Amino acid sequence: MTLWIAVIATGIGCYLLKYAGLAAPRRLLDNPWVRRFAMTVPVALLAALIALQAVAEGDRLVLDVPRLCALATAVLALLLRAPFLLVILIAAGTAAGLRALGV
Amino acid sequence: MNRFSSASPGIALLNRAPVRDGLGVGLAVGFSGLAFGTTAVTAGLSVAQTCALSLLAFTGASQFALVGVIAGGGSLVAGTLGALLLGTRNTLYGLRLADLLDWRGARRLIAAQGVIDETSAVALAQHGRSDARAGFTTTFAVLFLLWNATTLVGALATERIGDPNAFGLDAVGPAIFLALLWPRLMEGGRTLLVGVLGAAIALAATPFLPPGVPVLLASAAALIALDSPSPTGPTGQEDSR
Repeated sequence: MTLWIAVIATGIGCYLLKYAGLAAPRRLLDNPWVRRFAMTVPVALLAALIALQAVAEGDRLVLDVPRLCALATAVLALLLRAPFLLVILIAAGTAAGLRALGV
Repeated sequence: MNRFSSASPGIALLNRAPVRDGLGVGLAVGFSGLAFGTTAVTAGLSVAQTCALSLLAFTGASQFALVGVIAGGGSLVAGTLGALLLGTRNTLYGLRLADLLDWRGARRLIAAQGVIDETSAVALAQHGRSDARAGFTTTFAVLFLLWNATTLVGALATERIGDPNAFGLDAVGPAIFLALLWPRLMEGGRTLLVGVLGAAIALAATPFLPPGVPVLLASAAALIALDSPSPTGPTGQEDSR
């Protein structure tokens, strides 16, 4: 039962957080500082997510070789201008392949 | 140009860059619902709770954060707060998208559920409002359907899949975000600096703060974009003459 409360509170809370941004007062958006911060902040957040998903598990930093190799091949594919889906497939394939080989 | 105007509407639609981008991202990311369904049921959620979370929260990082805390035996309050903290970045995306999409009323109420990493990245990568709206809508629709469908499949099939890492699903997340961020990183200069600094802040804070908080802290990296001498856009060009 309490698990349901956590699920619903998270669900509704997450929706309200999204709506709050989308429905922010016009005045706030016309402020050049807010505008520039909002423009740049996804770069910082996405970069942080990449770093954490690559090497963090909970509050520990771990070096998982197949996962890191997967990211390295993704970078290589991006440098070679591979299309989006191919980049993802190469990354997943690298990690899965290395793990199948017992790395 | 005229070659396509006589083609069927479906083909014409697929030839639009924002629709193609949205489909690509939606198809690529949507299937990671499998990983979520699996993780959530393994953590002790019922299939119904797992699906409700994907439908209502519809933001992967927050969902994984809540389930991760539950799996680790953490308190539900801490789990919920962590998920909400992680969800505040969608507020920032919304702030940016509000101007670009410019939707009101019922349309905005529906669109709000779609304000997440992937839809924002696709919408912001387009040129002009019409393309941004098309990119946002395509990504949202494809991703919402796939994410929820694969959450259900993943939850139901948990016993059979065993270890999603064996399929390299854990590498899909960072690879997707990297591919999305790539064009911005290639701008170099201050944008690249913001990215590197954001990653560094998150990594440095991880051992000391509860999961979810380091990502939020990383948004402070965007502050260094504020001290540029004139109010220019990301292109850095001020067309004064």
